[in-house]
Amino acid sequence: MNGESHSSSAHLVNMANDIGAFFHAEPVRADAVSGIVNHMQKFWTPRMRQKLLEHLRGGGAGLEELAREAVQRLTT
Amino acid sequence: MLSIVEKDLGTPAVLAAKQVTLNVDGFEVTVPAGTSVMRAAALAGVGVPKLCATEQLEAFGSCRLCLVQIAGMKGYPASCTTLVAEGMQVTTQNQKLAQLRRGVMELYISDHPLDCLTCPANGHCELQDMAGAVGLREVRYGYAGENHLHLNKDESNPYFTFDASKCIVCSRCVRACDEVQGTLALTVQGRGFDSKIVASQDDSFLDSECVSCGACVQACPTATLSEKSLIDKGQAEHSAITTCAYCGVGCSFRAEMRGSEVVRMVPNQNGHANHGHSCVKGRFAIGYATHPDRITKPMIRAKITDHWREVSWEEAIAHAAGEFRRIQGKYGRDSIGGITSSRCTNEETYLVQKLVRTSFGNNNVDTCARVCHSPTGYGLKQTLGESAGTQTFDSVMQADVILIIGANPTDAHPVFASQMKRRLREGAQLIIADPRRIDLVRTPHIQAAHHLQLRPGTNVALLNSLAHVVVTEGLVDQAFVAARCETEAFSKWRAFVAQARNSPETLEADTGVPAASVRAAARLYATGGNGAIYYGLGVTEHSQGSTAVMAIANLAMATGNLGRVGVGVNPLRGQNNVQGSCDMGSFPHEFPGYRHVSDGATRALFEKEWGVNLRAEPGLRIPNMFEAALDGEFKGLYLEGEDIAQSDPNTQHVTAALSAMECIVVQDLFLNESAKFAHVFLPGSSFLEKDGTFTNAERRISRVRKVMGAPGGYADWEITVLLSNALGYPMHYTHPSQIMDEIARLTPTFTGVSFEKIDKLGSIQWPCNDRAPEGTPIMHVDEFVRGKGQFMLTEYVPTREKVNGRYPLILTTGRILSQYNVGAQTRRTANNTWHAEDKLELHPHDAEERGIKEGDWVGVQSRAGETVMRALITPRVQPGLVYTTFHFPDSGANVITTENSDWATNCPEYKVTAVQVTRVTQPSDWQKRYRSFSQRQESLAQGMNEA
Repeated sequence: MNGESHSSSAHLVNMANDIGAFFHAEPVRADAVSGIVNHMQKFWTPRMRQKLLEHLRGGGAGLEELAREAVQRLTT
Repeated sequence: MLSIVEKDLGTPAVLAAKQVTLNVDGFEVTVPAGTSVMRAAALAGVGVPKLCATEQLEAFGSCRLCLVQIAGMKGYPASCTTLVAEGMQVTTQNQKLAQLRRGVMELYISDHPLDCLTCPANGHCELQDMAGAVGLREVRYGYAGENHLHLNKDESNPYFTFDASKCIVCSRCVRACDEVQGTLALTVQGRGFDSKIVASQDDSFLDSECVSCGACVQACPTATLSEKSLIDKGQAEHSAITTCAYCGVGCSFRAEMRGSEVVRMVPNQNGHANHGHSCVKGRFAIGYATHPDRITKPMIRAKITDHWREVSWEEAIAHAAGEFRRIQGKYGRDSIGGITSSRCTNEETYLVQKLVRTSFGNNNVDTCARVCHSPTGYGLKQTLGESAGTQTFDSVMQADVILIIGANPTDAHPVFASQMKRRLREGAQLIIADPRRIDLVRTPHIQAAHHLQLRPGTNVALLNSLAHVVVTEGLVDQAFVAARCETEAFSKWRAFVAQARNSPETLEADTGVPAASVRAAARLYATGGNGAIYYGLGVTEHSQGSTAVMAIANLAMATGNLGRVGVGVNPLRGQNNVQGSCDMGSFPHEFPGYRHVSDGATRALFEKEWGVNLRAEPGLRIPNMFEAALDGEFKGLYLEGEDIAQSDPNTQHVTAALSAMECIVVQDLFLNESAKFAHVFLPGSSFLEKDGTFTNAERRISRVRKVMGAPGGYADWEITVLLSNALGYPMHYTHPSQIMDEIARLTPTFTGVSFEKIDKLGSIQWPCNDRAPEGTPIMHVDEFVRGKGQFMLTEYVPTREKVNGRYPLILTTGRILSQYNVGAQTRRTANNTWHAEDKLELHPHDAEERGIKEGDWVGVQSRAGETVMRALITPRVQPGLVYTTFHFPDSGANVITTENSDWATNCPEYKVTAVQVTRVTQPSDWQKRYRSFSQRQESLAQGMNEA
């Protein structure tokens, strides 16, 4: 039906940034970062977290600052 | 015609603490003060003749048939309009009353066709019954005088006829339209002999404002208004109570049957959600169940370019199980998953998630609530502690201020909308926040105090600005917050929303709503008495859907509008069992009862019951499945009752993902859009063909009862059992009640639920357990489920979906009264009479600017794709906003929607898509490809049912 291009890491980066944007309102930065980490640990599969970590290791293009800090703390 | 089995007591029940004792024909009866003499007599076992009275309607007193004598009272008062009094002595039968009643009946019958033997209401006609009851033996006036017998029959409505020659102008239909439905489409025109019932301005029923709810048909005491199915098939000989399979109201119906054929669906007077009312879908649009498009034999094929091959159930199930195991062997345990639907019963959704977690050995299970109300589950759990609405529908009758955000109840939840309209006509105030001018903004006898016509995508900004007013103008319910909510979280939230950047004046630039209107609306909600919030997909289907739900809960907590009747946070669920499918653990991160898979104690409980080790990590959500499929990691899918190829956003992305899979097993009624990408088709069952339960938007669990056999041979739960057995995980259920018993054993909020108890009580609102053995109508009464209410910070984050020169308009989507979601059901009924295609609504200004005229073909282009539909020019939408429904696959509404989604749940942002609209002369490229592909797929299945 189509031949659209696909980039799952771009999708995950968007998701991470969206989560980061929610927690941006949190006045204590450490709480914001742990909020993002907790959310990803609770709702993302280990494989998704692993892919994002791999993306981060490759430079993490597109990851915004708060999300980037959180992704560094992800476990798979 | 009323139901064939229900007894009608003549006037509505009265709720009053004071009891009154009276005497009717020598029988003492005690009833609540305010009860009519007619109802009291009926409760005493004394039937008073009546024609214009029914307990569905307020007493009217026009037919003069229910006259009685009351000691100490002059004349012959109408028992329907006369209220009981202590010690009252009532006589319902004597010679004088008999004479009066016969006289009345003679007049009626002298102008009524005497075709009883061939009349569809024969045997259940109230006029016929009353003629017998009053002992009518002659009509002294004869039948040759001037009469109405020659009047034409209006057969314009696809579901019922209006035979004016049989009408006795009792006004029951008019009152039903006024009081029950609230549309006020009918009236009595003319006076005396000339009086007649007319629809709108003496239009045909089809051309009138009538919404075909059927309330008038049910109220008619003769065959004047009759279902066409009743005329065609004859009267039913038995009935069964079941629950509607359309929207989240979950109306209770009596399926009136002749053998295994449904004659008609009659709303159950004792239905706890609908109280005897219905809409055009639930009452009439059931023809899909027996539609020739039903696939009734299992089919398999190796590739989607192959012809389908009809096979036995054994072969189909073995093939599906074999393929799933082959794929897991090749690509790993996580390479397959399952998706269930809110159109399935609780027991079926429970079984699918159980199959995935046990047989598949992973947590890759999701449900269609992902694309509608998943933010409700997340947002309410965070703030209040439970992923569910807080009230009963009846609670609205004690609301003083109703705030509707992102919902269009008259189209999407019509039966509840009727109840809401009753309360609004009684004087409750209404605030509507919606980009479109929905019907409730101004409808007969109802005018919203405020219509906050916000720009799509700015719900959170609006909710924050409402909260800003509450906080900065001293409107917080301090006592409630101090007693019921987390102090520190409230302080943080108060400081956050009080900032000037959250003021209506600042956010007006984003929302487009004048600050003064926001301030007035906030004051009204906070100070107008009981404030109740109702919201729908216009809140959840946004990139900030979960944030908006939390902002709603914040607002309700701050104003003390939780924990009692008349207030609350009320998500209007789109489908009949959205609440239930979520309750049953259909999400990949949680077990039934909303318990996270990482919770060791819960996991141990399920491991013990199910006898397997369970994963502690969440599985894939639906959009994650698509991504994984396109990455080559997700190859097999069990899809029960959900049509993701039509309903999920960015169709081309979805179909690319489906095309990348090696085995898709579709279990459904029809060869739907997803089935065109499937390798195994298992014929599913409709709600009429199985036992089980649905849980509506009020958390009300109601029974679904089998009234006919499934044409494929199996109910859906039985098919899941077969598949699980073939996968090597035996399931031994012989009836869905056993599945519910297992759910009750494992789920704290369901421990008191059983089929037996639901049968006894009629329905149960969970939580139902030792603390609430008969259920919980209102939640969070003394404390929130989580203990203290949690205020959350709800920063407004504009969507990344921006308008620009190339895509200058915002598209938003919604549903229409006559059609239902992907339309698989309603498109196969006469509901197409009202809505045969999806159209694009656009403002006259935007149309003129583009040279577009009503009915023109227009191309709608977004960053995701392009489709073509007809233009409908209307000021209901603001300039800059366009709107469409999504009921027809060919219209390709989801070809243009994007993959943007809610940050917390991945619920798609259906409600905001930047588009351009241009006049065109031919279908889009996608539509051409779709039509070709679709025709090919249908040809590959052709002949299967005839074989």
